[in-house]
Amino acid sequence: MYEHLETAENRDSLKRVVVDPVSRVEGHGKVTLLLDENNKVQQARLHIVEFRGFERFIQGRPYWELPVLVQRLCGICPVSHHLAAAKAIDQLVGIDPENLPVSADKLRRLLHFGQVMQSHALHFFHLSSPDLLFGFESDISKRSIVAVLVNYPDIGVQGVKLRKYGQEVIRMVSGKRIHGTGAIAGGMNKSLSKAERDYLLEDIDQMIDWAAGSVALIKKVHCSNLPYYDDFATIRSNYLSLTKPDGALELYHGGIRAKNERGETIMDHIDYCKYNDYIHEEVRSWTYMKFPYLLSLGQEQGWYRVGPLARVNNCDYIDTPLAEAARVEFKAHSGEAMVHSTLAFHWTRLIEVLHCAESIKQLLNDPDIMGHDLVAQGEKRYEGIGVIEAPRGTLFHHYQVDENNIVTKANLIVSTTSNNMGMNESVRQVAAEYLSGRELTEPLLNNLEVAIRAYDPCLSCATHAVGKMPLQLELVDAEGKLIDKLIKHSDGQIERDNA
Amino acid sequence: MSKTITIDGKVIPFEEGQTIMDAAMAAGIYIPHLCHQPEFTPHGSCKLCTVKVNGRNCSACTFPAMDGQDVLSETEELINDRRKITQMLFVEGNHLCPGCEKTGNCQLQAVGYHLNMLDNHFPLFYPDREVDASHPDVMLDQNRCILCTLCVRASQQEDGKNVFAISGRGIDKHLIANAESGLLKDTDLDATDRAAHICPTGAILVKRTGYQVPIGQRIYDHKEIDQVSLETEHLQHGE
Repeated sequence: MYEHLETAENRDSLKRVVVDPVSRVEGHGKVTLLLDENNKVQQARLHIVEFRGFERFIQGRPYWELPVLVQRLCGICPVSHHLAAAKAIDQLVGIDPENLPVSADKLRRLLHFGQVMQSHALHFFHLSSPDLLFGFESDISKRSIVAVLVNYPDIGVQGVKLRKYGQEVIRMVSGKRIHGTGAIAGGMNKSLSKAERDYLLEDIDQMIDWAAGSVALIKKVHCSNLPYYDDFATIRSNYLSLTKPDGALELYHGGIRAKNERGETIMDHIDYCKYNDYIHEEVRSWTYMKFPYLLSLGQEQGWYRVGPLARVNNCDYIDTPLAEAARVEFKAHSGEAMVHSTLAFHWTRLIEVLHCAESIKQLLNDPDIMGHDLVAQGEKRYEGIGVIEAPRGTLFHHYQVDENNIVTKANLIVSTTSNNMGMNESVRQVAAEYLSGRELTEPLLNNLEVAIRAYDPCLSCATHAVGKMPLQLELVDAEGKLIDKLIKHSDGQIERDNA
Repeated sequence: MSKTITIDGKVIPFEEGQTIMDAAMAAGIYIPHLCHQPEFTPHGSCKLCTVKVNGRNCSACTFPAMDGQDVLSETEELINDRRKITQMLFVEGNHLCPGCEKTGNCQLQAVGYHLNMLDNHFPLFYPDREVDASHPDVMLDQNRCILCTLCVRASQQEDGKNVFAISGRGIDKHLIANAESGLLKDTDLDATDRAAHICPTGAILVKRTGYQVPIGQRIYDHKEIDQVSLETEHLQHGE
């Protein structure tokens, strides 16, 4: 595909263009392009320039701190880290997922549906909808949620409220909208009271309506821009996700399924505790983010994508009716076994929002959600592995503890890491197909960010800055002389400096 | 006629043998404190309860009440001093509230909120301190120790043991476990001992109990430390 653009041969003689930082994504990354004298792209890379070190500094801490400590990785999907760590420490107290008390299992699922719903709503409405509603190369003043609220007030308000509802689900279950508690080893620390349940039930039908409306919106946007939307940043890849035993879409617990670009099964129903037998990570010198790959296919062919597109592509069906109908429509639009369009991440993300809203309603009407049998205990173990479908994809937490319950080893594979190769390939596709040979402009470079943004990457798994991130683009000629410079200040003002 | 002292202009009675802290608590007046618990011999080490008595700074928890004393407590100067003391306690250790299981139940954190402490002010020391997880049921995390000696006193005065002591001087001062190995597992500490439960911060914790109390039901979720202190410690002063 576009691997040949990862490393150019004659790098010293090429012009270097840097997009730093990539904006409207979670965390901090940059893109570098190397151009020849005709502005043809010879090399394109997405670099992740943050280093967090969580795997090291949780060593020496007691295991019961893990769900609360590691959720600080992220301000957007802390619940996913919280629950992945909780699933791992369940095993440390001898509890496998099937032995978790029913109420605790359902409360965790409710918590996670709230998480996925709010994260997806945030990403689509706040971060991506400006690109999709106004155009990728629209005026920069329009590329923010504020402009969406001015020009499409109904859509903007629905987005804000869908996100808020997801956060309220999280608050009711875990005590806080961000960084609450809730999951403890072997269960949960509280159930829902009737008042909390009734409070959430009040608005759920409205949320399902709005979620269904957002699926209709993205379908319209996508299908009215064909074939562009099916081609932009599109790469053919393998996909990996958890699924239920019957092949249904699953966000909280299941076996690992991987399919290739033709939809053929590479592996299925794999016990995630054996992930190390199937997935390895490769390190490259120019980025802090590793490159995971499927061992059976090797480093070159084994990279895969995760997240909503992978989950909807991989699953056989979705077990809530409206989301299932939306999935069938989605798959039908391409006619292929697997949908490879990178912009289809948005479509599948909104199908999942609908699935979350429907599932939340089911759980709120389930009396187990107010049950009081919340914690189970078993035989102590020394190793625990928790895997969950975070909003951005499959998330792996793996811990070892000593006889005193102190963490001695930790390995985390966060979702965005699995999409590393996919994002790099998409950047290279856009650079090669849409930028190569054209004059550098800020709107044009936004195309690169649109491609990255589709993956909803959480580059540091950290809090985000929306809309006002400073950006500096430099064009340097073969002699290293600055020939063009665009600066976006943090107040949104653009300055051009023709040096 | 009973004897009285005046705290911030309010005249309150006291009984012979009471400290200023005793008299204040009995009268429903909160003076911030961390190293003081009415059941145990006052120690006067945290200095948060510093008040001005007839123009002189004294620790309210150790200074005897005497007839006619004019005590100032809630002055701007003393509140500022207490905030600085609390900030110093924070920067001397590694107090990372967001991940700490004592959050919401921690007196150091609650005093910080009470004193409107909005930042650390002083540079963080980031000291390199040990975690002793050797005991099967109790964990000692030196990162959070503020050397209040409540565990030392509780072990001696209530548990009838001598599990903890303070060793070293100045910045090297630290809590030690009374065993040749220096490890908690080699002491006679039990998880049911008062010493295992009295720590005002998260330095001594009963293992495997973290985060079991949901947010909203923790001690300081709905009440400030002054209210909690007066409600729970008032009776222990024995009026």
